[in-house]
Amino acid sequence: MSAVGPHPVPLLPLQLVAVSVVAGGKRILDRVTLNLDGGLRTIVLGPNGSGKSVLLRVCHGLIQPTSGHLQFNGPESLNGHRRHAMVFQRAVMLRRSALANVAYGLALAGVARARRAQLATDALERVGLAHLAHQPARVLSGGEQQRLAIARAWALRPELLLLDEPTANLDPSATQAIEVAIQAVHDAGTKIVLVTHNLGQAHRLGDEVLFMCEGRLAERAPINQFLQGPASPEAAAFLKGEMPWK
Amino acid sequence: MSDFGAAGRAAWGLITSGDPRLFEIVLLSLQVSLSAVLIASLIGLPLGATLAVSRFPGRRTLIVLTNALMGLPPVVVGLVVYLLLSRAGPLGELGLLFTPEAMVAAQSILVLPIVIALTRQAAEDAWRDYQDLLRSLGAGPLRAAATLLWDIRASLATTILAGFGRAAAEVGAVMIVGGNIDGITRVMTTAIALETSKGDLPLALGLGAVLISIVVAVNAVAYLLNEVSARRHG
Amino acid sequence: MEVTRRSLIGALALLCTTLCAGISTAQQGRDRYITVASTTSTEHSDLFAYLLPIFEAKTGIGVRVVALGTGQALDVARRGDADVVFVHDEVAEKKFVAEGHGVDRREVMYNDFVLIGPKTDPADVAGAKDVETAFAAIAAAKAPFVSRGDRSGTHAAELRTWEAAGIDIDARKNDWYRGTGSGMGAALNTAAAMDAYLLSDRGTWLAFQNRRNLAILVEGDERLFNQYGVMLVNPARHPQVKREDAQSFIDWLVSEQGQAAIADFRIDGEQAFFPNAPNGRSW
Repeated sequence: MSAVGPHPVPLLPLQLVAVSVVAGGKRILDRVTLNLDGGLRTIVLGPNGSGKSVLLRVCHGLIQPTSGHLQFNGPESLNGHRRHAMVFQRAVMLRRSALANVAYGLALAGVARARRAQLATDALERVGLAHLAHQPARVLSGGEQQRLAIARAWALRPELLLLDEPTANLDPSATQAIEVAIQAVHDAGTKIVLVTHNLGQAHRLGDEVLFMCEGRLAERAPINQFLQGPASPEAAAFLKGEMPWK
Repeated sequence: MSDFGAAGRAAWGLITSGDPRLFEIVLLSLQVSLSAVLIASLIGLPLGATLAVSRFPGRRTLIVLTNALMGLPPVVVGLVVYLLLSRAGPLGELGLLFTPEAMVAAQSILVLPIVIALTRQAAEDAWRDYQDLLRSLGAGPLRAAATLLWDIRASLATTILAGFGRAAAEVGAVMIVGGNIDGITRVMTTAIALETSKGDLPLALGLGAVLISIVVAVNAVAYLLNEVSARRHG
Repeated sequence: MEVTRRSLIGALALLCTTLCAGISTAQQGRDRYITVASTTSTEHSDLFAYLLPIFEAKTGIGVRVVALGTGQALDVARRGDADVVFVHDEVAEKKFVAEGHGVDRREVMYNDFVLIGPKTDPADVAGAKDVETAFAAIAAAKAPFVSRGDRSGTHAAELRTWEAAGIDIDARKNDWYRGTGSGMGAALNTAAAMDAYLLSDRGTWLAFQNRRNLAILVEGDERLFNQYGVMLVNPARHPQVKREDAQSFIDWLVSEQGQAAIADFRIDGEQAFFPNAPNGRSW
């Protein structure tokens, strides 16, 4: 990783002030105001269409807010490489080897060619894919590809990792492998923001919950408190729908 | 039917006789058309990919236009290039009329819209899938275009072959700007036209068979290269 | 991936250089050449294939022939894209000189036109001594007639014959008269497929192989005389003309050696062109 000199200003906290995204007459995000600190693992929950995915994309810069603004504490890029990364629901693999996929992100970040292979190999090792380094990425299973996507994002040592339903299409064992990887990323010091429909996963991986409903941030609470007794009626209805046996 | 039989014999006779003039004509045809495809690809691939990932006013008009230009009549292109390269024309000083270089120029113009239009379509389709990832990783539009081009290279191979087919098959442009000069600008298609007008139809058909065989061979080689690449990179 | 991409670029660079080098050598390394705009009747009869090697061996000057119809050949020369014009339409040639585009017109050789037609001969013109009468008979019988329609020397001769026969030819009004706008060979192919009459120069006919039911029906009329002339494109008007080498070619054509070579040229054993320089007709 490129030397940075004096300690860089931390990327977080990220501040959103009255961020709205309006498209086709619909308020997809409705005046969301929140402050995202490092340290806690944040889970974003909510029914379909509540704006969870869009919230992540706005934070990541893929979508511009129609009104309101967001502000990171420190610069979003240092020496040409971005300090927050994202993993999408469906992993997109470039037509090259697993190792090359990770190395591609490093190349974009300006890492010298000589170092890329080593850093990429390290990233693969941390998610348990080192043995598949030279396979064409497209022949990997869904779970392996998603792990590779995490490795690809993590290789850049982001301070914030956004994950949009990464295990939605995976079976339980692949899901577990992803959760292990996410935990490892967090242990290494990266802030996690995870969108999921899987309440068990939320409980396993999360410290706090952002509950979205119809584009608004309806509730924010520690995970256990939220799951046992949500404050807002929308959250209660949501949880009832998700866990009808409670 | 007897004409076709005679053509078959003529084609076989041509190939086995090892006629040096035939070899010369085949070589020139390949050189002219391959050069034209190369030039059109060097310009058209990046243009097509950039067109796919960028947004700017007038983009849709440009796309419609490029698609339409795939149907440029070769004889019209030949005429325009002739007027440009003629001594009486703006580029007359170059003295390029009735040379293979002029033929390459004309065919490049013919092939370029094909490369741009088909690349743009393939890249646009891929961009839908790749957009999130590439933007997330911080790729700018040029870098993204380059990455797209490499990843869709199988489609691009077909695009380039389409361009080659167009170039190798046309006669209108190379006839006008080349002049079908014996030993200098005579290629397969103009030779076929010549033999037809001399009434030697079996020979013309035979030459046609040779031309088609060569184009098939080029396509076969490209297909094999594609397979090898797919096996290695997925 | 890196290796593949680098080797791909290397292969491309190699391909580029090979193609460029290849195209230059395709010109047989000959930097000294002249461009002659001529007609299809001289090129397609293979006369040039016979003549030019003799000239080139003698002088080391390459001759590149662009074969078009007479009208188009003169247009090409008017634009300065040729050094020499070698065609067969005296009227158009003299006009070309008068316009200041050509100098030093010389008569080189002659042959004749022949009236070709189907052996079934619906207009019953076979063996006629008078081509104008034959044309009149064809018009009266409304028998299919294919015309070059392309301002070539042959087309000009054909039009003069219609005029002399007193017939007003307008392709739009007569569906038996078909203007194809094409070279001699293409017109012959069309006539062979349609069983039509047409006027052809003897040279192209002798070399033509797709005759089907066609044969020479009328020949020998003085009016079918076909004179070929050669001109230097005016260097004063077009400075890039290769004056000396072009003049060498013209001089050779009318020289004893050139004239003898023309006389020696045979198509299927028949003499196709008759030398008649320096001037005057011989028939």
